[in-house]
Amino acid sequence: MVLLLAVNMVTRAGFSLKQLKMWGIIRQKVAAGGGSPVARIRPVVSNLRNYSSAVKQMMVREALNSALDEEMSADPKVFLMGEEVGEYQGAYKISKGLLEKYGPERVLDTPITEAGFTGIGVGAAYYGLKPVVEFMTFNFSMQAIDHIINSAAKSNYMSSGQISVPIVFRGPNGAAAGVGAQHSHCYAAWYASVPGLKVLSPYSSEDARGLLKAAIRDPDPVVFLENELLYGESFPVSAEVLDSSFCLPIGKAKIEREGKDVTITAFSKIVGLSLKAAEILAKEGISAEVINLRSIRPLDRSTINASVRKTNRLVTVEEGFPQHGVGAEICASVIEESFSYLDAPVERIAGADVPMPYAANLERMAVPQVEDIVRAAKRACYRSVPMAAAA
Amino acid sequence: MILGRSFEDMCAQMYYRGKMFGFVHLYNGQEAVSTGFIKLLKKEDSVVSTYRDHVHALSKGVPARAVMSELFGKATGCCRGQGGSMHMFSKEHNLLGGFAFIGEGIPVATGAAFTSKYRREVLKEADCDHVTLAFFGDGTCNNGQFFECLNMAALWKLPIVFVVENNLWAIGMSHLRATSDPQIYKKGPAFGMPGFHVDGMDVLKVREVAKEAIERARRGEGPTLVECETYRFRGHSLADPDELRDPAEKARYAARDPITALKKYLIESSLASEAELKAIEKKIDEVVEDAVEFADESAPPPRSQLLENVFADPKGFGIGPDGRYRCEDPKFTEGTAHV
Repeated sequence: MVLLLAVNMVTRAGFSLKQLKMWGIIRQKVAAGGGSPVARIRPVVSNLRNYSSAVKQMMVREALNSALDEEMSADPKVFLMGEEVGEYQGAYKISKGLLEKYGPERVLDTPITEAGFTGIGVGAAYYGLKPVVEFMTFNFSMQAIDHIINSAAKSNYMSSGQISVPIVFRGPNGAAAGVGAQHSHCYAAWYASVPGLKVLSPYSSEDARGLLKAAIRDPDPVVFLENELLYGESFPVSAEVLDSSFCLPIGKAKIEREGKDVTITAFSKIVGLSLKAAEILAKEGISAEVINLRSIRPLDRSTINASVRKTNRLVTVEEGFPQHGVGAEICASVIEESFSYLDAPVERIAGADVPMPYAANLERMAVPQVEDIVRAAKRACYRSVPMAAAA
Repeated sequence: MILGRSFEDMCAQMYYRGKMFGFVHLYNGQEAVSTGFIKLLKKEDSVVSTYRDHVHALSKGVPARAVMSELFGKATGCCRGQGGSMHMFSKEHNLLGGFAFIGEGIPVATGAAFTSKYRREVLKEADCDHVTLAFFGDGTCNNGQFFECLNMAALWKLPIVFVVENNLWAIGMSHLRATSDPQIYKKGPAFGMPGFHVDGMDVLKVREVAKEAIERARRGEGPTLVECETYRFRGHSLADPDELRDPAEKARYAARDPITALKKYLIESSLASEAELKAIEKKIDEVVEDAVEFADESAPPPRSQLLENVFADPKGFGIGPDGRYRCEDPKFTEGTAHV
């Protein structure tokens, strides 16, 4: 409805309906049964956006659902499989409505057999179908990790380019609230160390839509790490994001907030915490630049290094375990490429090096909080600050 | 079968001469299963195998030259030297590998069968009746993935035949010591599919059972489990000293050599003469010799091949420090593996 309002105002302003269609503002329904969606001209004219007075809010859950819906309708080779994705409408309601729309042959409820159905997805991908395999949480992917790594990631290389695997493995990753040690592990570092895989982790709805669409269209295996606590959060989305050809490039990070004193890198839920930390730091006179990694593999070392060369200080934040984590890789990369630009030692903030405890207060201490990021940034700026949090 | 046997014998020779390396698993003695099943397939049907895949590749139609070059690690191999003995892939012949972990190929085969059904029903390619064969051993039949796939294949009526090459030994672990109920074919009906047991040393019997199972799958009636009782004359791999197997058992099975048995049958039923069979053997020897020569003379992969084919979309190597995608730099593959 907002779109109609915008179109109305715009046509009155002298732009014809035809021009709007050409610019891809009006979303055209792509007929099912076609091949890959035709690349459409995306609106370069930015003043058009000033006319949509109400920017739409979209939940991450809706963003993922709409991305799946659009990709499935554009390409009949895309299908979804996983536990409870069909009749239950998705364990976290991400696949709501898809069974009714596409039928049980394209939205498959599987038995509880991760190794089996992940392998089936890989075998189907060998033949050019585009499976989207959902893990109820990425913790369960450990039962299928042999297939993700050995049959999916390595196959293009082992077969010397004969067999590519256009598959997407998605699901919630990392800590939720009070789910205990076996349901709270973050797998970003594990999968990001494997050559042949692409690993993405969205934060906002725009990220979720753009990256999931890019992942489904990508001819290589993609591990798509969502976050359960982000599913219910709403973010503003522009008309461009809502367009069905919207796609984000894999391998490019986004600078969520520009700054000049310290670089903070984060992905997934932690980006939200980092932005809040940046607000607090701004009041104390520290201008923090927050980078939303979006893509863990390939890591956008170019953006990170350019940012560190500007601010001269780095704090990496992640939810997962510290040893051999994503932050470790970023710090190594910055030290290798921008050592002479650093004014302070690099810092990593990560989850506590313990299996996730259950008690709410212990869980809070085991995961980075806004205060931890603030303190780390201040330490990087040589403001005197205690090392540990008070309990 | 003769091609399989001579080829594998040549592999052993080449391995001990140092031309082949790593893990090499030979198929001597089991040729009847490969020939009996794969020769009934069309080119579009697919085969998924384990690390003991040289003869499956040859039966499916991959040229002996390509397989030998791959084993030598040369750029003219079927996977340009990047796969090796255990990872034979051929898109042209629909050979989907070559997997090192046992049980890993079974879900992949089930996925290929799933694709066949999907293409027929969802993509409406009416003539798509491709069948998939999954080959694996007795040890794999205790693995979780095996049972998961028996369940799903029967549940969704997938066009697949599960072929168990029961050679009674998983490296040094006897099948009887590892399995609670050693009669593997009985596990089929537990999941709702027929299970057959066949003498895997007799190629004609294997072919009979294979024909039925493959036709069943093609008609859309679902999966079948076929247990072939067979034996491997050599050790598990060329590094296996093979001390645990009883020599009497080996002698018993050597007497049932599928090639000798078929030769005897052909001569007795006057379908072929001794001279014709000798001519076939000679021809095969020439093919294998030629394959070795070809592989020897082929060049090893160039340095730039190290970074090729990691991704179908090489932008997956990400953006370099200069802000451009690394794969756009023409010197990218000439460097070291620094990515």
